[in-house]
Amino acid sequence: MFQFWSDYFRKNGLTLGLFLLLSVAIWMLVMIVLPQLYMLDFSFRANVPPPQWGTDSHVYTFEHYQYLIYGNVNSTDAFNYIDLGVFGRTILASVFVTLIDVCLCYPVAYYLAHVAKGGWGRLMVMSLIVPFWVNELLRAFSFKVMFGASGVVNNVLVGIGILDQPYDFIRENVALYSGLCYAYILLMIFPIYNAIESLDKNQIEAARDLGSPWWRIHWRIVIPHAKPGITSGCTMVFMLTAGALAAPQILGGPSSLWFTQLVYKWFNNSANWARGSAYALVLLIACIVFVLLMMRIFKVRLGEIAR
Amino acid sequence: MTSDRVRQFFVLFFVLGFFLYLFGPLIIMGLTAFNSSAFPRVTPWECFTVEWFDVLANDSRLLEGLKNSFLIGFGVVLFAVPLGLAGALMLTQVKQRVRPWYYTIVISPILVPGVVLGISTLLFWDRIGVMFGASRDSIFYNGFFLTIIGQSTFIAAYTMLVFISRLQRFDSAQEEAALDLGATHVQAFRKILLPFLKPAIASAAVLAFLASFENYNTTVFTSISTSTLTTVLASKVRYGIDPSISALAVVIVVLTVFGAAIHEVLKRREQAEAEQAGMVAAGLIKEKKVQTKWFIDPAIICILLVFIAGLGTAFFAGTVGVGECKVLVKEQKQAETAKRIQALQERTAAKKAAAAEEAETQKQEKANRTGTENFNSIFDGDNLLPQASESDSATQPRTGTENFNGIFNGGNLQPGSEVENNEKSEDGARTGTENFNGIFSSGNLSPSTTE
Amino acid sequence: MSADVQLQDVWIRFGDFVAARDVNIHIKDGEFFSFLGPSGCGKTTLLRAVSGFLSPSQGEVLIGGKNMSGIGPNKRPTALIFQNLALFPLMTVWENIAFALEVKGMSKAARRKRADELLDLIALPGQGDKMVNELSGGQKQRVAIARALAAEPDVLLLDEPLSALDLKLRQHMRTELRAIQERVGITFIYITHDQGEALTMSDNVAVMSQGVIEQVAGGNQIYDSPETAFVASFVGENNYFAGTVRELNNGLAVVDTPSGVLAARAVSRNDKEQLSVGDEAYVFIRPESLRFSQQQELDNVLSGVVERQEFEGNFWQVYLRVDGSARIVTLSMVNDGHSVGYEVGSRVQVGCGSDLAVALPQGPMAAE
Repeated sequence: MFQFWSDYFRKNGLTLGLFLLLSVAIWMLVMIVLPQLYMLDFSFRANVPPPQWGTDSHVYTFEHYQYLIYGNVNSTDAFNYIDLGVFGRTILASVFVTLIDVCLCYPVAYYLAHVAKGGWGRLMVMSLIVPFWVNELLRAFSFKVMFGASGVVNNVLVGIGILDQPYDFIRENVALYSGLCYAYILLMIFPIYNAIESLDKNQIEAARDLGSPWWRIHWRIVIPHAKPGITSGCTMVFMLTAGALAAPQILGGPSSLWFTQLVYKWFNNSANWARGSAYALVLLIACIVFVLLMMRIFKVRLGEIAR
Repeated sequence: MTSDRVRQFFVLFFVLGFFLYLFGPLIIMGLTAFNSSAFPRVTPWECFTVEWFDVLANDSRLLEGLKNSFLIGFGVVLFAVPLGLAGALMLTQVKQRVRPWYYTIVISPILVPGVVLGISTLLFWDRIGVMFGASRDSIFYNGFFLTIIGQSTFIAAYTMLVFISRLQRFDSAQEEAALDLGATHVQAFRKILLPFLKPAIASAAVLAFLASFENYNTTVFTSISTSTLTTVLASKVRYGIDPSISALAVVIVVLTVFGAAIHEVLKRREQAEAEQAGMVAAGLIKEKKVQTKWFIDPAIICILLVFIAGLGTAFFAGTVGVGECKVLVKEQKQAETAKRIQALQERTAAKKAAAAEEAETQKQEKANRTGTENFNSIFDGDNLLPQASESDSATQPRTGTENFNGIFNGGNLQPGSEVENNEKSEDGARTGTENFNGIFSSGNLSPSTTE
Repeated sequence: MSADVQLQDVWIRFGDFVAARDVNIHIKDGEFFSFLGPSGCGKTTLLRAVSGFLSPSQGEVLIGGKNMSGIGPNKRPTALIFQNLALFPLMTVWENIAFALEVKGMSKAARRKRADELLDLIALPGQGDKMVNELSGGQKQRVAIARALAAEPDVLLLDEPLSALDLKLRQHMRTELRAIQERVGITFIYITHDQGEALTMSDNVAVMSQGVIEQVAGGNQIYDSPETAFVASFVGENNYFAGTVRELNNGLAVVDTPSGVLAARAVSRNDKEQLSVGDEAYVFIRPESLRFSQQQELDNVLSGVVERQEFEGNFWQVYLRVDGSARIVTLSMVNDGHSVGYEVGSRVQVGCGSDLAVALPQGPMAAE
């Protein structure tokens, strides 16, 4: 240990060494680890008003988790179908959105990386940046404009006679799901594009030369090569979709809630921070489980996911 | 071969569809910014106008949020870039055994939902504040401070990734060479490593700023009473929308296109220069002659197109009389509405006569008027026009929209009736932040019984 | 200014791995000294200990008689030329050269003047404003030397600086390096795995293997009188025959081998390892020492069959299958305009004088 520190300061000098150490300590401990641990602790505390936090009345309790499951702090007779349903729908819909995004992005990424050439190909890739930096809220807003009762989609569909009256896309969650697919699609396409682009074109040609049909080339060569990119994209899209707050707030129909909205509600409207923390923690755990699952199924390391 | 052709055609079709999906909503939203209709829509097109940009420029709440977002963005750049740099440099130093653990911890904020980061930051600093006995107006309860900290938690991880990829190409022998030539560690850092990292610092700073600027999930919890662009936008978008939001989007898109194009041109020039240098070194060419065919560059073409389009728009807006057009549209609408009201009255009369009993039950339902049903009813075939009770408002030019608008306002915002009791307090007039503040007010200091 | 360098009982460990084992060397003031060894033998590690990038686990480094422990690389009177040169790509040539002066706080004009002087020294006048990447490999090499010299070190350390160059340039740079060393007159410590470089340039060479200094001597001494089996097998080509020492007299060992009785000079690293009767030993005979024995009487005679012949331009390489030895024995013969004179498959006798053969205690060999 002493050897390590003496080597460390020999390599970095005192000033820089201290700067690095201090910065990393602040970031890791004060910003990442301790707040999460404190939230964990807080979610097991009774909901008492702020002045009593940390006092004796701030007792440990399971009631917030119990509420999530049974909908009642005192009885365990019936399940909390509403909140559990919201949770289940959030997770399922996120998986669904992720799958759609993979299916949409893979062909396009392949096309951009290996078929489109020259300046226009690069321009297409570059143009992907534009929707990426348009604010999440504005992207959701654009879908609200599109799918509203007097929005373009309805006007066009009614206009060409497919529908005889405007369809309520918002209420039926069509706007929400297509908006969610849209919201993080670029976090799917960029990793896949980068992964496919690094594939040596000769490999594809060699396979074609050996008489492999196009689907087998993809199945055996391109997809295995792009696997880290696909995994990375899936993980990011899932996490962001499950944790999305803006799109459900804006595009969600009147009867559909997203789990993050419940968290938001406990914090902002019901002033029950402890329960909000418990709900947030459940969301966090779901996300961690998903990442671990992806790492296990696709046999990739964390470093390959977060790039 | 023919099947190959067909497949290629399908792929091309698919790609075009994808880009349409990607840009269609943005383009339509952009167009709505120029339509004089008070509700953001393209059809029916009323009058070309730039008045929504004026509305945008005079929206004091939005401007306040914009200013705060800028301040927070700069704060995040100043905070997250050094943190990310330190994190990346530390990664090269920690022992092989510890490295995966270290990496997992510092990268985890990227994979944690922004909501969770916001909450944990808020809770943690509140606790720290209590520990130091700080007052409510101290730094621990300051929206700026908390937002910068909360956003930096994950933005530092982004910037770290930028630095890691740049550092991978750094030859650490250069730093050793500098030390060996008598430089102190700080000198070696300043004169060797920092110049090498300059492009990465620039792009990390831009990345950090943009990420901070557009963040909502974390900010909505940490900003407390400070309004930022995103929180203002969110409340605007949720509780009533008008095309000035579209105008804001147009501004953002144009800025992004410009930024991306400039970035691309700079990158390409740098590449060309590097190639040139390599060729000079290899003795292939003698002189340094940078010949970039900039005029056929697609990026340049696009910049020009956007620029010309912008100029054209401004010119057009200046010359065409918007006011006249509006009057025209208003008259048209009034005439149309009058006709429709007449038709409605006739039809209602006919109906009443035909099925009096049925109409009776329907009316009862209407009287019920829960938010959702009201909303539903406007699409019922016969009720496409405003309901009788609102018929006086129908004389005004904008008909359907207003009714539609209503569902995003006030009482109708409550989600389905199952959760209604939880949502009671959420009303359109109060924004999220105001509610949030409420927790510290005296009324809430007693144990809240939510159920 | 110039200084001598002493390594006293230096050990360097990384965990369980020993990179340098009990190294004791005295490099004299103004000497061109080389460390020669295969990659991974610990020579670069030793150089880093001298330059101050790592501290020995045990033992001391003295430069100019001053103990260097606890003194960082930026405070030592040494300058290191890196294997990949480590020129600063974002600076011009003259800024690179003047870097050591810049960190000392010298004025820009003075820096520029000194850089121009050094550019003259390395025969690159007027090239100061170029970027480093616009230079060729050999030019970069010289800039790296000038940059190190600008720091006015007492000792210049060079870590395989020629390895990236092509053969012609490498040979040219050898002469140039030696010339520069003679001009500036400071101590050069040179690291290489190329024995040609070590033997041609150096006053003294230390041959290293697995963290141990095998032998320190002048180039011809190393070649003609290797002190360990490793040195004999690593430096130059060598044939060897394993056997038992039958008798020893006046430094001459007579060794029984399966290929016959061979007489050779007995050499050893130290008294402890000296050969005695009955010891297992190797007899080393260089290919150019062997000749066909029909021409004259020789002390050592081996018989075998010609396996194959290769013409290398300035000499012939003949490969023989010698009786009693599983290994192919090589013989090289100066090309004097005649052919070897023996067909492949013909039975021949070859040999050498006992003064050209070396008998050494058995020990690890260099990898083929």
